[in-house]
Amino acid sequence: MIEAPLAPDSLAVPETSVSSTSSAVPETYPVVEMKDVNKYFGQLHVLQDINLTVDKGEVIVIIGPSGSGKSTLCRTINRLEPIDSGEILIAGQPLPQEGRDLAKLRAEVGMVFQSFNLFAHKSILNNVTLGPRVARGISKDQAEKEAIALLERVGIKDQANKLPAQLSGGQQQRVAIARALAMNPKLMLFDEPTSALDPEMINEVLDVMTNLARDGMTMLVVTHEMGFARRVADRVIFMADGLILEQATPQEFFTNPKTDRAKDFLAKILEH
Amino acid sequence: MDLTGYWEVLREYPVLHAFWVNITLTFWSGLLSLVLGTVAVAMRISPIASLRLAATFYVNVFRDIPLTIVMVAMYSVVWVSLGIEFSDTFTTNFYILAVIGLGLYHGSFVAEALRSGVNTVPLGQAEAARAIGLTFIQSARIIILPQAFRGAVAPLGNTLIALIKNTTVASATAVATETSGVMAAMIENRPDHVILIFLTFAIGYVIIVVPVGVLITHLSQRLAVKR
Ligand SMILES: Nc1ncnc2c1ncn2[C@@H]1O[C@H](COP(=O)(O)OP(=O)(O)O)[C@@H](O)[C@H]1O
Ligand SMILES: [Mg+2]
Repeated sequence: MIEAPLAPDSLAVPETSVSSTSSAVPETYPVVEMKDVNKYFGQLHVLQDINLTVDKGEVIVIIGPSGSGKSTLCRTINRLEPIDSGEILIAGQPLPQEGRDLAKLRAEVGMVFQSFNLFAHKSILNNVTLGPRVARGISKDQAEKEAIALLERVGIKDQANKLPAQLSGGQQQRVAIARALAMNPKLMLFDEPTSALDPEMINEVLDVMTNLARDGMTMLVVTHEMGFARRVADRVIFMADGLILEQATPQEFFTNPKTDRAKDFLAKILEH
Repeated sequence: MDLTGYWEVLREYPVLHAFWVNITLTFWSGLLSLVLGTVAVAMRISPIASLRLAATFYVNVFRDIPLTIVMVAMYSVVWVSLGIEFSDTFTTNFYILAVIGLGLYHGSFVAEALRSGVNTVPLGQAEAARAIGLTFIQSARIIILPQAFRGAVAPLGNTLIALIKNTTVASATAVATETSGVMAAMIENRPDHVILIFLTFAIGYVIIVVPVGVLITHLSQRLAVKR
């Protein structure tokens, strides 16, 4: 068991001016900064004045009722969804427009989807080597060596030559994590990674994510797994109706939620 | 029916060669339509609106004009009026015009078949491709189109079968050596054998098309992407 780390003091995060610290330390930028982000789907205001900073090594869990904009928030961070106003910075860099630069940036932000989305016509090994080979131009041998190591890390080395459809959901999701890790991402986004899984497979995926968090990966996780949030998260964010209503340590949030919406939500989710 | 007499007729006319002409027409125009259809479907799924519009325009124009009119136009508009020539030899020039007409026409059907194949590819595949940093072209080439082809074997096969039979319209572009031209000549000169002449060509096409159909059924099951 690890203790829930202290709340990162987001006020202590240096502003995005380079001069404030010595130039020998370039890692002064937060991994993600969202500033006054707004997004609409037609009339629907799905993201309302979102301000969010994710520091290096931080694990943030986003919870909230269905339809509150959690997936959309995740997807704006690698610009799978464009935003209507505000600003999103990745390691201090604004998100570029659609094109080569954006593709390069996306390669540095790993994403794991609820429905796995492994490339159905490619072997497990090729799923993991594809990004490094195509987007980064890494040699086949090198990419395969790294892929095997990653598959071993998520416990699926033996299945390297199978097709996705031959694996269980839990195994597919672990491959999806390995595929994202193969790009050496600065940040991993998880959008309900265990929601499509049979109950007996949820833990194998959560275990991989827990290890990843302990190895220092910066993670933004949308999940309904409250146990995971308690154990692993540095910060819990509660969203409802496109707004961030609460941000707190897991301990604080679960024992003392401030808003009625959060109390309501927790009551419902902890019931069963 | 006078079978021995008909045997003489068969040897008098280049029937086998005529079928061979249709097979080569199928091959070249099939290749052209595959290229055109693939490019068109890639344009239609691209993020650039003007490309999507151009491809939609192409598909709708050639899908909606009757093939005979396309083929006559290749002869009378492209060659006679515009004077576009691909070869000094008449027969070669007409052959190339026919291939282009057939390719343009069937390319629109290939594009439609491939689009139905694209619809078999879940949206998440393209999203995952974008998320690991592939550009649109990389994702189309490596993730979407390969799965689309494998999901479109049956409609592509139907287009191929239609093409095999439609090559007989090449006589409208003055390709005289292909089957319908040869058949017309035979009927005109030997009306006494008209039924046998018809049967010969009909059975010839059945012999070509049946194995193609069997192969397509087999391939569409074998190549289908397991999800
Ligand atoms: N592509 C889209 N077009 C229109 N509405 C959308 C789209 N994606 C999501 N929405 C709507 O936006 C709201 C937030 O969706 P989402 O971010 O998926 O919520 P969550 O992940 O919290 O369940 C929902 O009401 C949903 O119906
Ligand atoms: Mg969601």
